[in-house]
Amino acid sequence: MQNESLPPFQELLDEHGSDVLGYLVATVGPHDAEDVFQETFIAALRAYNGLEHASNLRSWLLTIAHNKAIDHHRARGRRAVPAGDAEEVAGTVPSSNPRPDQVIAGRDPELWRAVSALPPKQRSAVVLRYATDMSYSAIAQAMDSSEAAARRNVHEGLQKLRGEFA
Amino acid sequence: MTPLTEKQLQKMLKSPPSADLDRAVEGLLARAQRDGLIDVAYAPVDSPFGRLLVARTDRGVVRVALPNELRHRSHEEVLEELASRISPRLLEAPGKLDEERRELDDYFEGRRQKFDVPVDWALTVPGFRSRALHAVARIPYGKTKTYTEIAKAAGNPRAFRAAGTACGHNPIPLIVPCHRVVQSGGGIGNYGGGPEMKKALLDLEGAI
Repeated sequence: MQNESLPPFQELLDEHGSDVLGYLVATVGPHDAEDVFQETFIAALRAYNGLEHASNLRSWLLTIAHNKAIDHHRARGRRAVPAGDAEEVAGTVPSSNPRPDQVIAGRDPELWRAVSALPPKQRSAVVLRYATDMSYSAIAQAMDSSEAAARRNVHEGLQKLRGEFA
Repeated sequence: MTPLTEKQLQKMLKSPPSADLDRAVEGLLARAQRDGLIDVAYAPVDSPFGRLLVARTDRGVVRVALPNELRHRSHEEVLEELASRISPRLLEAPGKLDEERRELDDYFEGRRQKFDVPVDWALTVPGFRSRALHAVARIPYGKTKTYTEIAKAAGNPRAFRAAGTACGHNPIPLIVPCHRVVQSGGGIGNYGGGPEMKKALLDLEGAI
């Protein structure tokens, strides 16, 4: 029988749902995170039956989340500015300036603001590293970059945050 | 102020602000249901005997796990079996089981004698076991049959032990009423939900 090793999809949702949402809050902002979260899991559900093995499902989900975040920023870029805007560069997450209704509340609002103000690649890399504990090779895979670039993005992002919180 | 450590960053990033996971999941379920992406939906259903686990496909109820079974096998094992034998696109979606919940409630309250929800026989092995369980499904409310009678209905009058095994592997107890199958000598016989539950159900139905 096919798919014998795939766990019930509910298990993925229970085990990794909050990581995926946390990643999306930090990359697309709390206002849009829920919607992109749903896009992510709907895409995962569509692809799940065709998956050939059950290894590293967490990275698989976070890769989908990363791609959906890129789609989201592109779509928003299109709505905000005329077509052909320079923001539509493949593989990047254009920075988003939080709107007033996206005011981040929580225990550490300043840190969240600082994280969402990081350049897109650094922001994604830092969040994948520290919010979801991904290895550098998994971050590289999710962001479609080299492992060295993943390390560099995490390092530079961290330096920038330390600069603000020194 | 001391510089930001990786540990602090980790701690802060792991408690995202104003993200409502429950609400996000609720929206996801509604979308998945609308797009037809849930192959198996399940939900816990309360009963006077404890919590049941009920699962359905688009064809009908495919699995009922009784409280006694859930004391011996974990919830996860039951779900893993559904994932591997039917489809891994399996989600907890209580809204998809409203009708099943209503009919079971009515049955336990003595207000319902016949289930109208359709049955999906996907977990039943074809052949003797399937014929035996189909015969069990036809036993009316408040009546009983013996294992020998079920064996006979399934085409082999001498296979009363195999009829017992078929009942023991009934994936949809209550709705396929294997509690209505008793021993020829008058004994109540085994039940996946435990003998007390079997007796209580037969009591409820006025069969004993």
